[in-house]
Amino acid sequence: MEPGYTFGTVTDKIGSIVLTRPTSNGWFLGFGVAFLLTMMMLYAIAYLFVKGVGIWGVTIPIGWGFAIINFVWWIGIGHAGTLISAILLLLRQSWRNSINRFAEAMTLFAVSAAGIFPLIHVGRPWLAYWLFPYPNSMGVWPQFRSPLIWDVFAVSTYATISLLFWFVGLVPDLATLRDRSTNRAAKIIYGILALGWRGSARHWDRYETAYLLLAGLATPLVLSVHTVVSFDFAVGIVPGWHTTIFPPYFVAGAIYSGFAMVLMLAIPIRKLYGLEDFITELHLQNAAKVMLATGLIVGYGYIIEAFMGWYSGNRYDAFTLWNRLHGPYRWEYYALLLCNIVIPQVLWIRKLRSRPIALFFVSLVVLVGMWLERFIIVVVSLHRDFLTSSWGMYYPTRWDWMTYIGTIGMFLAAMFLFVRLLPMISIFEMRTLLPEAEVKE
Amino acid sequence: MKRAPIYGTMAEFDSPTALVAAAHSTHEAGYQKVDAYSPFPIEGLAEAVGFHKNRVPLVTLIGGLVGSLSGYLLQYWISTSSYPVNVGGKPYHSWPAFIIVTFEITILFAGISAVFGMLALNGLPMPYHPVFNVPRFAFATKDRFFLIVFASDPKYSPAETRRFLESLGGRAISEVPD
Repeated sequence: MEPGYTFGTVTDKIGSIVLTRPTSNGWFLGFGVAFLLTMMMLYAIAYLFVKGVGIWGVTIPIGWGFAIINFVWWIGIGHAGTLISAILLLLRQSWRNSINRFAEAMTLFAVSAAGIFPLIHVGRPWLAYWLFPYPNSMGVWPQFRSPLIWDVFAVSTYATISLLFWFVGLVPDLATLRDRSTNRAAKIIYGILALGWRGSARHWDRYETAYLLLAGLATPLVLSVHTVVSFDFAVGIVPGWHTTIFPPYFVAGAIYSGFAMVLMLAIPIRKLYGLEDFITELHLQNAAKVMLATGLIVGYGYIIEAFMGWYSGNRYDAFTLWNRLHGPYRWEYYALLLCNIVIPQVLWIRKLRSRPIALFFVSLVVLVGMWLERFIIVVVSLHRDFLTSSWGMYYPTRWDWMTYIGTIGMFLAAMFLFVRLLPMISIFEMRTLLPEAEVKE
Repeated sequence: MKRAPIYGTMAEFDSPTALVAAAHSTHEAGYQKVDAYSPFPIEGLAEAVGFHKNRVPLVTLIGGLVGSLSGYLLQYWISTSSYPVNVGGKPYHSWPAFIIVTFEITILFAGISAVFGMLALNGLPMPYHPVFNVPRFAFATKDRFFLIVFASDPKYSPAETRRFLESLGGRAISEVPD
């Protein structure tokens, strides 16, 4: 944080964005566009419910199309929020206090967007609750040896814990908004949400313990979630999926894309809301460094995949590698290498890391690259497996695109509402960063 | 028992340092029922007001143990007795496959216990509380620091306690109506 702030000015600066700042036309425009895209998504899903999954591009052998690609992409994006709020808390990286709140919100909305896809992909979404173990008159239970069931538990636990973590973090700030707002309706709503928080020393003590424990629980959780997502592939026998590098490589990729999304959100937000004093160049630099590091791990994953294709001596694995480089989807693969491996190397340049505009575009490239990575993993592996007679091609339809772009709209609409209605930076954690917060003996 | 018309006496301080020092002095002066309010967590303040029994870790541990046991036993019971399915000749009790769901349920139960345990031990949600009757208390969530001596304290007397808090440098001292 930049110097010169007091407890009062930090509170006013962040609180006023929600309480007194007039809603700008730009906000209405942005929210309006995002809202229309959300409506488009709902239209595409409604049509899907009427017609069935035949409106999508999925066929045999490519039974997992956009739905799974987008699911993995969104879940991965969510991981950066938990990394920032939980892992960096345990590592005592206090710079995280400026960005953890909206990164957690990002996690929550990304997981919500991700959750839509498996639900509508099951074919009969009105029976999706069969995925959970509950006593039923049919006398059947889920199959616990299947990674798909592990995924149900991993993702629903992740969504629940992320929501709790975010809400617990918000409670003291909601109390601040309750006490600061002059509007009666806002006072009542924030008052209900603040649960009567009054900042008692005993409460703070239990609160901090619970928060730290949640961070300790969320840390292995977030690593497990993308590991389990990678098991959806790695436990299968399809060439290109059946590999032990998947769990770490998926987790690194998740954090890679998640930090890209954090940067893409933080850069415009700090500019538009004048929060450069709180989200400083240091935050952008650090996020860029995490991106560079995880990007190199992802690059290592690609190298090992290629190496194993050759070294395993398995002709199907070798063919998968050949097919990526020379098959019908080779341009997607080259684009993937360009977006994920080549272009992000510019982050080595310090001068470039201090330019928000450049970081914004590198992040955009990484997000596209990580989406392509999931496309390659899902589609290219499935479209040509063991038997030549069962090869095929995958062409997404306009319904696939409408659903995908619609979830981006839903994500952005939720972010717009969040920055307008809730403090996007944790006010009480910012207060603890001030020099006068320290107790002198 | 007749309800005391006064809930306690509250004093306001400028800084976390002043608040912690005042809380220490109050505790040392023999007051037992004391609490402090601050806009952010302050290290050592809970000890200064005489709070030592933080049970949140225990609640979380119990939640986690219940989660892991029930998660594992549920899978065990389903896979071996309620609905045994032979999948490629794998044993019905294929425990390595059950570890992941057991782990997730452990985290889920422990996390829920940590949050709801913390709220329950704190007595939240509680929309009304006597300290909200003090108009200046609205700044407890912004930049002011408060100390209260409850009327239920055996050593409490309105005049005496007020004088004591004044001697600590407390400002805007007020009696909190119940």
